[in-house]
Amino acid sequence: MQQQQGNRFFFNVDWITVLIYIALCAIGFTNIYASIYNPDKAGVFDFTSSYGKQLIYVITGLILGLSILLFDGRLFNVFAPFIYGMTILLLIVVLFVGRNVGGNQAWIPIGSFRLQPSEFAKFGTALLLARYVSTFNPKFRDIKSIMIAAAIVLAPLLLIMLQPDTGSALVFLAFMFPLYREGLSGYFLLIFLGMIVLFIADFLVPTYILILIITIIAGLFIYNNRRKQKVIFSTVLVTVIAIAYLFVVKIAYEKVLAPHQRSRIELMLGLKTDNKGAGYNVIQSQIAIGSGQATGRGFLQGTQTKYGYVPEQSTDFIFSTIGEEWGFMGCSVVIGLYIFLLLRLINLAERQRSTFSRVYGYSVACILFFHVFINIGMTIGIIPVIGIPLPLISYGGSSLWSFTILLFIFLKLDSNRMGFI
Amino acid sequence: MDQLFNRKYIVQGLFIVIALILLGKLFYIQVISDKAFVSAESNVLRKIYKYPARGAILDRNMKVIVQNEPVYDLMVTPNEVKPFDTLALAKALDISFEDVRKNLRKARGKSSYQATPFLKQISVQSYARLQETLYRFPGFRTQDRTIRHYPDSVGGQLFGYVKEVSPLDIEKSEGFYKPGDYKGKSGLEFSYEETLRGEKGVINTVYDAHNTPQGSYADGKYDINAVSGERLISGIDMRIQKLGEELMKNKVGAIVAIEPSSGEILSLVSSPGYDPNLLVGRNQGNNYMEFIVGNPYRPSLVRPIMGYYPPGSSFKPVDALIALQEGVIDPNTTFFCPHYYQAGNRKIKCEHFDGSIALRRGIARSCNTYFCYVFQKLITKNGMKNQRQTYQEWRDKVAKFGFGSKLDIDMPYERKGYFYTADHYDKIYGKRWGYTNVISQAIGQGEITATPLQMANAMAIIANRGYYIKPHLIKGIGDKNLVKKEYVVKNYVGVDAQHFEPVIDGMQDAVNSSWGTAILSQIPDILLCGKTGTVQNPHGKNHSVFIGFAPRDNPKIAIAVIVENAGFGSTYAAPIASYMIEKYLKGTVTGARAAQAEWMKNQNLLPVLKDKTAAVKLTKADSLLIKKADSTKRIKDSLRIKSAIIKQTVTTKPKELKTVVIDKPVTQK
Repeated sequence: MQQQQGNRFFFNVDWITVLIYIALCAIGFTNIYASIYNPDKAGVFDFTSSYGKQLIYVITGLILGLSILLFDGRLFNVFAPFIYGMTILLLIVVLFVGRNVGGNQAWIPIGSFRLQPSEFAKFGTALLLARYVSTFNPKFRDIKSIMIAAAIVLAPLLLIMLQPDTGSALVFLAFMFPLYREGLSGYFLLIFLGMIVLFIADFLVPTYILILIITIIAGLFIYNNRRKQKVIFSTVLVTVIAIAYLFVVKIAYEKVLAPHQRSRIELMLGLKTDNKGAGYNVIQSQIAIGSGQATGRGFLQGTQTKYGYVPEQSTDFIFSTIGEEWGFMGCSVVIGLYIFLLLRLINLAERQRSTFSRVYGYSVACILFFHVFINIGMTIGIIPVIGIPLPLISYGGSSLWSFTILLFIFLKLDSNRMGFI
Repeated sequence: MDQLFNRKYIVQGLFIVIALILLGKLFYIQVISDKAFVSAESNVLRKIYKYPARGAILDRNMKVIVQNEPVYDLMVTPNEVKPFDTLALAKALDISFEDVRKNLRKARGKSSYQATPFLKQISVQSYARLQETLYRFPGFRTQDRTIRHYPDSVGGQLFGYVKEVSPLDIEKSEGFYKPGDYKGKSGLEFSYEETLRGEKGVINTVYDAHNTPQGSYADGKYDINAVSGERLISGIDMRIQKLGEELMKNKVGAIVAIEPSSGEILSLVSSPGYDPNLLVGRNQGNNYMEFIVGNPYRPSLVRPIMGYYPPGSSFKPVDALIALQEGVIDPNTTFFCPHYYQAGNRKIKCEHFDGSIALRRGIARSCNTYFCYVFQKLITKNGMKNQRQTYQEWRDKVAKFGFGSKLDIDMPYERKGYFYTADHYDKIYGKRWGYTNVISQAIGQGEITATPLQMANAMAIIANRGYYIKPHLIKGIGDKNLVKKEYVVKNYVGVDAQHFEPVIDGMQDAVNSSWGTAILSQIPDILLCGKTGTVQNPHGKNHSVFIGFAPRDNPKIAIAVIVENAGFGSTYAAPIASYMIEKYLKGTVTGARAAQAEWMKNQNLLPVLKDKTAAVKLTKADSLLIKKADSTKRIKDSLRIKSAIIKQTVTTKPKELKTVVIDKPVTQK
């Protein structure tokens, strides 16, 4: 492989992805600026303010990303278990020394910055999962390989649940997709989907009607396959489990979930309305986004965002600023950029020779996807309020850097795609 | 490529589907629905209203008769309130300690972040006191307003009153009125509401989520300045309006005076009246209950336009005019009066002895027999078989004088009186009925009722010799002195001018000849033409009625006066009319008549109040209790009378009505 000396590190890097990365960071900075814009104090380079800090994060993030390109891509494969171990360790440490912010024991203070280990656990997990799949090449047909993969994902997930930071923990479910790509049966996805559907249906429809519907469907299915004993057996099993699940969910919902989580779910399902309490965020966010109409109020013209009607304006609800000031067009551009990035990442992943790179690429894409879907869905009220940031746009160093690392490791792996197994 | 490669499309497809779901919801809330936009506006915008001053009303001599006075509402924004000295505020406002806490609680209940009224209509004096200490009460601010003031303290029913809009008003106005707005509820304040109210101003201010004002919205582009209401010039002459109310003190009845040439109403007295200033300010509700609802003589009934009275003898000139026009009599036609008129098996009495009598004397002496003959001739002129048809024709001719329909005065709640068509009598008498069945109408009794306004208007027609302009109170709206189109049109009644003189001769004699019925009401140097009426009232003393106009040539004033339960027309109604006319024409009541007028003011003619339930059932012609005087009802009534007699009726002594004087606040210059 002939390479020019000066170009060696950046050879074969997918610059289109880098451009989208920069575009999203720029959009993020612009809207953080707008969300806390104060006409009396309008300096862009005020580093005590959120947008000033975000500017530092973006610049350092870019430096961080470019310096990752300087590494040898093979190192990530080699050090994957070590990195994973480190992040697990941090997740344990944070439970003891972490600073409690907003009810979550999620932050480790380092000087004036605060480190959020859950953000970094994502790429640690992605790396180890990729390493496992590429080393042992399991096709997830046996219980053992599924258990190992599940253990890799569930360890950080459960540790994060202990903080408790349900939102960040949920993101780890994104690893289902890379595993699916590597051979995990599609039934797992269907079962997962079924669980969600049943969970929601359990709230909207009386349980006995659900049981009736499930039984009828199962009965028809069995009737159609009445010659196949095995199918009948598994259908009956699934039906029984599904019905049991309905009751377990009801009980678990009451006993396990915190009251604020319950009310968020009920609000999302429209089972209750609450303009002042838990529903305030969502309603105000929807009002802000909706008031942007087709073309938006214009940069710095948003009244809802400027006058602080939407809480968590610059972090989790940054999308409401975009919606209000840039309207449906701006929202479409942002969602379009994300989708372009996601589809491109999947395409890049598929062109890898190495399984390690491919699994890692899928992980990156799916983690981003979960973040984007949950965050935007939350701001427009189709998903309960789950506090996770909008990748690269929301205010916050940990989040920005972790996505940068996540993405640029993949870009490095991708640039080496011809190089090694 | 392994066979798992295809799973890429499932993952990518999922991404795209989810993106479309997000975009779909965004499209809905941003582009299709504008609910969010509206909510966003209400989030940040607070409108502060500037209330305009209502338009003033002047009388025909350009004297201000309705004006405004500044008052202040104390507004409170509950979540801006910091702990304060409740006692000091109570003291500054002159209310009790408990009231302060109660009002604050009430305001909190309405809205915690919007300014709501804490105490309405603080007087200028309290405001001055409060202003010095207002800084000690954060969260409180004052809102300028104006309330009405009526300098002459008369004309309660005429002017009506202004009150805060009710939820129903708001709903009806389709959003024009907002809670806290004021609106004219009756009288002129009601009928000219749109002219008087002006336009509310608004200042849009942007507030942040912490309810801190962030300055003007869009640089005041959408702010509106308050525009004061337009002023009105009324035809009322405050001098005689005031005199009229004084003369009618402690009497029940009405006076309507009209300038015949223009239809402008000079005076509209409804008695018992009340001081319109009672229905202004914070005691409005209490005063309303005490002086309006609580008064057994029902001041809320605007008698000049709502009271139903049989016109009695005052109807006779109209009868005569139609007979002359129809040619069934001429001025010299005589009828013999044997002291009664026999109509079938009914006998209608007459109160004088004149033998053969012609038109002029018939009117002057108010001869019932004469007019029964006239009526008989009128109804039978097309033969006995066609009486029904002829009655209907006669009725339509009389209706042209304004009887039986509204005159469209610019005041609400005008009523039209009863004046039945032939169809109505068909229902009662079947197909066979004739003049004898309806003969009582000849002398203005029986089923015909009219409002004092209609009676005065009939006089204006005679004064004008054949036409009237719809009576109205306002002759000039706004700076351009506009007048409603319908109030300049001459309405001809279909009687030729030459027929009026013989009738007017009789009316002149009624007042100015030795044999007239109202000779005590002569006015020196003024030729008053009139007609007394003594309206039979089976449930008490007769109503005293006088209608007339003056002077005979080029008349300036037409008048109708009704004093309920006062006996003969010549005793009370006629003198009252003569004082009004003299005051209007000469500026003052002269000579010995001034003392007589004073005497009149002091007469207490309030009718004895019967037990309310019995009274409702027994009274027919008594306008105190409006009741259909209708032939079908009569039978039912007679049954009721019997049952009512069995019940014990409680009578109370008439009480002297207290004149209510309220302390007028000193107007600030």
